[in-house]
Amino acid sequence: MFVAWRDLRFAKGRFALVGAVIVLITLLVGLLSGLTAGLGRQNVSAITGLPANKIAFEPPGGGQDLSYANSTVTEEQWRQWAAAPGVTSAEPLGITTTKATAGDRSAGVSAFGVRPGAALAPDSDRIDDDSAVLSRDAADELGLGPGDALTVAGHPLTVAAVSGDASFSHTPVIWVSLDAWQEITPTAGDGPSATVIALDTTSGVDVKATDEATGTRTVSTSSSLSAIGSYPSENGSLQLMRGFLFAISALVIGAFFTVWTIQRSADVAVLKALGASTANLLRDALGQAVVLLAGGTLVGTVVAVALGALLGGTAVPFLLTPATVLTPAAVMILLGALGAALSIRRITSVDPLTALGSAR
Amino acid sequence: MSLNLTDVTLTYPDGDSRLTALDHVSLDVPKGTLTAVIGPSGSGKSSLLAVAATLITPDSGTVTVDGTTTAGLTRAELTDLRRHKIGIVFQQPNLLPSLTAAEQLQVIAHLDGRSPTRARGRAMELLDAVGLAAQANRRPHQLSGGQRQRVNIARALMNDPTVLLVDEPTSALDHERGAAVIDLITRLTHQQATATVLVTHDRTLLTAVEQVAEVDDGRLRLPAPAR
Repeated sequence: MFVAWRDLRFAKGRFALVGAVIVLITLLVGLLSGLTAGLGRQNVSAITGLPANKIAFEPPGGGQDLSYANSTVTEEQWRQWAAAPGVTSAEPLGITTTKATAGDRSAGVSAFGVRPGAALAPDSDRIDDDSAVLSRDAADELGLGPGDALTVAGHPLTVAAVSGDASFSHTPVIWVSLDAWQEITPTAGDGPSATVIALDTTSGVDVKATDEATGTRTVSTSSSLSAIGSYPSENGSLQLMRGFLFAISALVIGAFFTVWTIQRSADVAVLKALGASTANLLRDALGQAVVLLAGGTLVGTVVAVALGALLGGTAVPFLLTPATVLTPAAVMILLGALGAALSIRRITSVDPLTALGSAR
Repeated sequence: MSLNLTDVTLTYPDGDSRLTALDHVSLDVPKGTLTAVIGPSGSGKSSLLAVAATLITPDSGTVTVDGTTTAGLTRAELTDLRRHKIGIVFQQPNLLPSLTAAEQLQVIAHLDGRSPTRARGRAMELLDAVGLAAQANRRPHQLSGGQRQRVNIARALMNDPTVLLVDEPTSALDHERGAAVIDLITRLTHQQATATVLVTHDRTLLTAVEQVAEVDDGRLRLPAPAR
């Protein structure tokens, strides 16, 4: 790094320029990552927060994909799953998106129907046919606190507690009893039913056999997220943008170091003629690239975190976690270094003979 | 002998045939002596220097640097030999723009993994020897042409080479500065006990060399010593 550090100090303008590009791309990736995670949380947190590792759906017909919107399971199916070997817990879960009203305020909410006392909902022992537990966002939007009254799809309820930050399909969750959910869900069908069955299983469960016996289709909780209407397309689009930004970053770094390496080919030839090994020169150049990348990424990440912290207090769904901050930074450095490595490999082909008689 | 070329022949591709750059050349250069190689452009002077610097492998013949025969050495071994045994003074100074005069020398020690403190001390000694101690912290663009060439010379001595190869060091200098550079190289050859080969086209500067060889059409002639 003897020459690399001095090059960085000497050619400040050039390195500052590409450093600024890295900062901006890192900032963009960081903000996009936080937004992707924030939007994702708004979409799926009620499902990912369930104490369940599998979800049993009604199998869709006509080659359709699984869907929380189209699934209906019966009490019989739930009881069969609960009795199956390897199943620690099987709980019916009703899901419907509807309108909640409190005084002159109203909000779109997801009503999650659970059996009172079931582990699926927070403070579920306080849920009954007339009482509901509201997520904080639902309570905030409706301006409610414990003991206040609200109406969900025309069904009067009292707020038993405000707990958690679960949301589903970009709407805050209201936890109600399964009976209350069946009342506010007109398509719930004949007799007691729910949308899906939330399962907590051990390795001893035979999912395929139980699915065949009960007439359900069971997937892991994480796989079930693709059954939430907008989630796959929304998340896929944002991840695609992130991927493109990573690729652009690697290309920009690669292009810069390609030009930089060509410009300093004469220096490389001189150093080789004076006894520098190719490995030494490659280490020096790659070290320079990593320093530049690490510096630019660090600044970009710090700015993204600062902006993310500001956005956290607004309506923008921005999630700031180690995963949304450090993962994109690490990927930026890794891909940038890869782009630089591909560019600087031309150092291996510089002929030291060109240093003899070369003019500058 | 510190540098020995025996029956060296070097050819380059030239269309369908090959052009002979060095034709059965033999040369011995003892330690502490300076051998000047003169000749017109295209006569093979630079090829001779490139072969001696291990930058080109000859078609036939042997090159021995401080007792090490270069034939059969790998590229890495040749690089190692250059790093430890050979100093090169380039025709143009070829200084790295981001380094100060002292750092141009220190980088050679860094390549060899030597202590930075000792390297700095040695660099200052050599810059003092070429009269540039006061300019140690200047970058190439802050030095005159003659000063840059002196840094170039000092750099070539940083690894304490046994063989010093000097390529047309006066080509970009006026006669007075050129003569001063040749005097400096001669003095350093004796002080550092290097086997020095100086390639030049300017006979008038050769007043204190031990041996003058003339290259013509790839053949080397060794006339009587210049003095």
